[in-house]
Amino acid sequence: MNPHRRSPFVLTATGLVYFFLYAPILMLVLYSFNASRANVTFEGFIPKFSDRIVMEGSLVKSSPCGPFHWFCELSKNRDVGSAARNTLTVAFVATIVSTIIGTMAALALQRYDFKLKPFSQLSLYIPIVIPEIVMGIGILTLFSQLFGIINNALGLEGASRLSLGLGTVIVSHIAFMVPFVTLVVQARLQGFDKSFEEAAMDLGANEWTTFRRITFPMILPGVLSGALLAFTLSLDDFVITFFTNGPGSTTLPIYVYGLLRRIITPQVNALSTVWITIVFIVVLLLQIIQSREQKQN
Amino acid sequence: MLKRLRENKSSQGTLLALPTTLWMLALLIIPLLLTLLVSFGKRSPDGDVIYSFSLDNYVRLFGYSTDCDSGQTSCFNPLYVQILWRSLTLAFNTTALVILLAYPLAYFIARADPKRRNTFLFLVLIPLWTNFVIRVYAWMMLLRKEGAINIVAGWVATHIFHVQFQPLELLFTPGAVLVGMVYEFLPFMILPIYTSLEKIETSLYEAAADLGANSIKTFLRVTLPLSMPGVVAGTILVFIPVMGTFIVSDILGGRQVILVGNLIQRQFLDARDPTFGSAASLILMVMTLIVTYFYTRKFGFGEEIVVA
Repeated sequence: MNPHRRSPFVLTATGLVYFFLYAPILMLVLYSFNASRANVTFEGFIPKFSDRIVMEGSLVKSSPCGPFHWFCELSKNRDVGSAARNTLTVAFVATIVSTIIGTMAALALQRYDFKLKPFSQLSLYIPIVIPEIVMGIGILTLFSQLFGIINNALGLEGASRLSLGLGTVIVSHIAFMVPFVTLVVQARLQGFDKSFEEAAMDLGANEWTTFRRITFPMILPGVLSGALLAFTLSLDDFVITFFTNGPGSTTLPIYVYGLLRRIITPQVNALSTVWITIVFIVVLLLQIIQSREQKQN
Repeated sequence: MLKRLRENKSSQGTLLALPTTLWMLALLIIPLLLTLLVSFGKRSPDGDVIYSFSLDNYVRLFGYSTDCDSGQTSCFNPLYVQILWRSLTLAFNTTALVILLAYPLAYFIARADPKRRNTFLFLVLIPLWTNFVIRVYAWMMLLRKEGAINIVAGWVATHIFHVQFQPLELLFTPGAVLVGMVYEFLPFMILPIYTSLEKIETSLYEAAADLGANSIKTFLRVTLPLSMPGVVAGTILVFIPVMGTFIVSDILGGRQVILVGNLIQRQFLDARDPTFGSAASLILMVMTLIVTYFYTRKFGFGEEIVVA
């Protein structure tokens, strides 16, 4: 029996599911080239390039950027720029911190016995088995009560009052990212052959050298995939950010959500298209790197 | 002291785990305990919390209003029970549909030519990594009266069946929310099922065939049982977030489909009654924990959860 033989049922179902996955995304991309500002129906592409924007009703007749009119508008949009900066700042800082402390925790949980261990392990499982909103409103309650007490006690006024902002978003992101980093690194450590470390110790390396030269390089792929997972979780996060952001710390998902509740111009589609393109390139690069590594081994 | 630390394995472990443990204590355990504390409290007229020990919020959530003596004939108000029930059934339906859609695709990828597998997986990752909010927006555009689904349906109706076509009201219906949820969470099911299917050795299929099993029997007796860890992991990754998500119902359900997530969100932002919102949030947590507990006790805790 040929193991790659496919039944017509599986083939049809696969085709339909891929269609289901991609049709909405492709349509979103198409509408980012819409000539209609109202963006209700697709009124064709913007046909001409010109020195200035020419409108006819809600239709864009020509633009300095031609069919890419909405992308140019997007690049001029300051709110998008600051939301993008916030999103990346949060993702980078939170990924670095959660990768470091998460890897440390994974080593501790996998290698050592200590009194706190059951509590540590349990607290890392909880975020996976409760809905995000429960954690989100819990953190919101914590910050609002804590800030209220501190502001009153120190008599802080106006701008010096503690309030929600980038700091609270970053701190909260780390809290939901760490469990995933720890789980991924722990999984990597489980299949770890200890004889390399023992050999290093036998040859006279101390613990730190052993860690630096043997353990760390061996778990590095796990650490990197944990960091990557954490980074994407942070970029994508809506719920925790929704409850912990304040004025000036809007991230892209929060910004888009705000737009969806008001008027929607093709700029939102252009933003989506840019996002999808970046995702496409990043995932493609990762796949290429991964398959190269597989070939080397 | 450094020397003592070098010899004491237990304190080394504690020290390594300390930052994470403290972080989880401060931003998970304490917030959960605070939520519990607030849920027993009362709302002050200006929306603040008055700490007390009152079960009013829970009583209200389960349908009994506490100001019954105000001359009403019946105090039972099923609104919140309905919201909880709606969220629960939606999460079950979404999970079931997602399994049905994800399984054939995962099976196809796992049995595909190994050289092509990465490409097929790549095609699953793109929608997964495209932002959650953007994916809801895509369905909002599709389901609108002027959206692509109505355009296609209109074309089919007038050109093939030659009948008059009235655009369908698809947006702001329970069906729209269900489709949106299925779309959002489908990739989270495909990846773990794929991982467990991929581990099955081809020799097992050959053995089953040698022993005279047809393809249906092979599937039921070999493939399905061995892929259960993936299905379990996928279910956990889908069921739990669906229970608490509020954007999908907010954007695709409007005011028609209110889920417990929307209820909680509104208490914290619009209605400004954090005490009631906290009670609802705890009930949501208890509901998901109960379902997850019984489910994992029956099928085991899927270790494939890590890969997704």
